[in-house]
Amino acid sequence: MKIAVIIKQTPDTETVVKINDAGNDIVGTGVKYVMSPYCEFAVEEALRTKEKLGGEVVVVSLGPDRVLETIRTALAMGCDRAIHLKDPAYEGGDGQATAKALAAALKTVSPDIVFAGKQAIDGDQSQVAVRVAELAGLAQATIVTALEIAADGKTAKATRRSEGGGEVVELKLPALISCEKGLNEPRYASLPGIMKAKKKEVKELKPAELGLEGQVGAAGAKAKRVKLLPLAERKAGRRIEAETPEAAAAELVRLLREEAKVL
Amino acid sequence: MANVLTIAEQREGSLKKVSLEALAVARQLADASGGSVTTVLVGAGVAGLAATLGSYGADKVLVVEDASLQLYTTDGYAAGVSAAISEVKPDIVLAGHTSMGRDLVPRVAARFDAGLATDCTDISLGGDGRMLATRPVYSGKAYEQVAISSDPQFATIRPNSYKARDADASRSAAVSAVSVALDASNYGAKVVEVKRSAGAKVDLTEANIIVSGGRAMKAADNFKILWELSDAIGEGCTVGASRAAVDSGFAPHNMQVGQTGKVVNPSLYLAFGISGAIQHLAGMRTSKAIVAVNKDPDAPMFQKADYGIVGDLFQIVPAVTEAVKKIKAEG
Repeated sequence: MKIAVIIKQTPDTETVVKINDAGNDIVGTGVKYVMSPYCEFAVEEALRTKEKLGGEVVVVSLGPDRVLETIRTALAMGCDRAIHLKDPAYEGGDGQATAKALAAALKTVSPDIVFAGKQAIDGDQSQVAVRVAELAGLAQATIVTALEIAADGKTAKATRRSEGGGEVVELKLPALISCEKGLNEPRYASLPGIMKAKKKEVKELKPAELGLEGQVGAAGAKAKRVKLLPLAERKAGRRIEAETPEAAAAELVRLLREEAKVL
Repeated sequence: MANVLTIAEQREGSLKKVSLEALAVARQLADASGGSVTTVLVGAGVAGLAATLGSYGADKVLVVEDASLQLYTTDGYAAGVSAAISEVKPDIVLAGHTSMGRDLVPRVAARFDAGLATDCTDISLGGDGRMLATRPVYSGKAYEQVAISSDPQFATIRPNSYKARDADASRSAAVSAVSVALDASNYGAKVVEVKRSAGAKVDLTEANIIVSGGRAMKAADNFKILWELSDAIGEGCTVGASRAAVDSGFAPHNMQVGQTGKVVNPSLYLAFGISGAIQHLAGMRTSKAIVAVNKDPDAPMFQKADYGIVGDLFQIVPAVTEAVKKIKAEG
């Protein structure tokens, strides 16, 4: 099986977001960058697929120098080799520009199955993986919580989360799977894994090598951020003080009905 | 002039609330600019819903029907919606940010080489008559405004961000069929089974009121007092949980609210025994009203809550349930 996994490096979930003076990005200094949590599920599922059906796992990621650390993490978890789309021209892309680059990089791998996170926790766009499926001509199952791939590697059955329950989807491979929490428990990189990762191949591909000059990054972006805005801070409201839990509850319910008008 | 196409989502023949909310947005944008609103409705045996879409704001409804579209399928629905877009050539395409919207809309946007703003909480027209979309980023820790240079401009809206218009029975939409050649044997993915999760009447992302429990719930069994409160509140209410409660095994992951769970947007969010970690706040801070109940008077959740009670949730929750039953009985 040829297995690919797309990953993204994002600020850690504990990051306190500070907006820069230009009002168009976060302040990067002091931010700890990690593999986006949903991408961890994707890497784990890719590795489990290889363990069951054999083959190799290729990691693909787009981003600046610092992304190499996250790529090494995936390699340390057990992925075999990596493609790093690293070039200033890739920066500032929207979902479509980024997906074009990733889809073109995947073409060099010709994967039977591609794993990705259901969304990255920075832009929260949840659109790049699906666009990659369209542009690379892959079937797709998104927001997947369970996956079974047939032994012959031709079909798969995925359970995807939907409002009020889930859907079981039958897929023809090649296909892309976007991964949701609950699919698996990602492993930690072992010490020998970390040592081995240092020697694994990380191939850099430039836009020209993918035939995408002028189509990726900011030059190819159709959607552009105009402004990044802070949240309106919620003001702490009122404490309800009462003699008994019953009296406090009655006052709360009264306020919710009469003042907030939400009950 | 902004001509808007909305993608109606129906499941088992019922329209999703967010599709009516999308129509309200579309109507606003079209009315502000002298444009019109078309809705594409995809499914099998769903044409009867066209009248409802008209009463909620559609000027025209395009129906794509095929036996293979009974259940949602990425390929079939993408083909149907793409055909409608090619026919209407809208300036803006709107859909709900639901499990279907997330699966379908980026696929169609990629097909049209177009930009997409997902999970938007506000959409307006800029001075140039183009869409200005506002959406949360960094799990709701900030907002961004996005402009799209392609035609069409795509956006999905977060459920509960807009109010649907009141149905107006005197409005009717012109209904026509779109013919699309579909070959189900070519679909790369087919839904073969739809599962309903036990208990939940309404999904967290669609709920109007959420009763949520944290680590202080102490055990899975104790969640029953939250379900009792939810039942007392009635339709549109469901139960959520913090990551701490889920990680402690008190609740399944599909109940988790927060950065690695669901992002919710109800009118009322009641947080019982939830301290208010940044991860949790990220998932519920756009709630219109927030109530915090916690033993710890310094819990950060109190800083975000409109109403707070310092006390033992095991005493407060049943008391709130009784108080709700009482006012419901009074009407």
